[in-house]
Amino acid sequence: MEILNEIRFSMPSLSVNESAARAAVSAFIVQADPTVEELSDIRTAVSEAVTNAIVHGYRGTSGRIDMVVRLLPDREIYIRVRDSGCGIADVKKAMEPLFTTAPEEERSGLGFSVMESFMDRLSVRSESGRGTTVTMRKKLAAHGG
Amino acid sequence: MKIDIKSEKGTAIALLKGEIDHHSAISAREQLDSFIINMQPEVLAMDMSGITFMDSSGIGLIMGRQKLMKECGGRLEVRSPQSSIRRVLRLAGIERIVRIT
Repeated sequence: MEILNEIRFSMPSLSVNESAARAAVSAFIVQADPTVEELSDIRTAVSEAVTNAIVHGYRGTSGRIDMVVRLLPDREIYIRVRDSGCGIADVKKAMEPLFTTAPEEERSGLGFSVMESFMDRLSVRSESGRGTTVTMRKKLAAHGG
Repeated sequence: MKIDIKSEKGTAIALLKGEIDHHSAISAREQLDSFIINMQPEVLAMDMSGITFMDSSGIGLIMGRQKLMKECGGRLEVRSPQSSIRRVLRLAGIERIVRIT
């Protein structure tokens, strides 16, 4: 994978860091001059992935969330969100729309659906007891001028 | 996120400002539920014109308030969401359950 630019950061699984993660990713990808809609899509997908790590990965516990954001050739954005939490026993089921293990917290079960809809590619790798890695890619539209 | 609620003749308008995510939804939920339970409005309109970001936590926030309003004999409406917010609402199919204007 050819990488034109990259940032890596790590943060504790505090819910206040959901907005911090969005802000950091936004600040980095602005260099690729995304449209307002593309930026909004990416911010939303990042928010879902980080929230999943906090609410589901580290449910009732705490840990760190590691993020990598890359600018790839052809205006492609690569984002990886990794936690070392409880993992997902059945990834396929977890990715079904409206499936949630936290209805009492009013989780809608749409996190993966949003990531899939707002990004071009989504990959989820998980192992029970070892954590989850979410990788997303989105190609930004070519510049008009 | 900041919420200002104005109420007149059974209709309450909650003006929401800022970003809705899992973190901010927690306090918003408490504030709105407290108002619904204490004031029992016939209609609660969530004015989202001031919301600049919302992820699926906002869907949970709307659905939860819709359920509580229904239990209290009232109705929830969502007003004036920006286009990026409308995309999330559309993805969730929320317009089938809550009136969006």
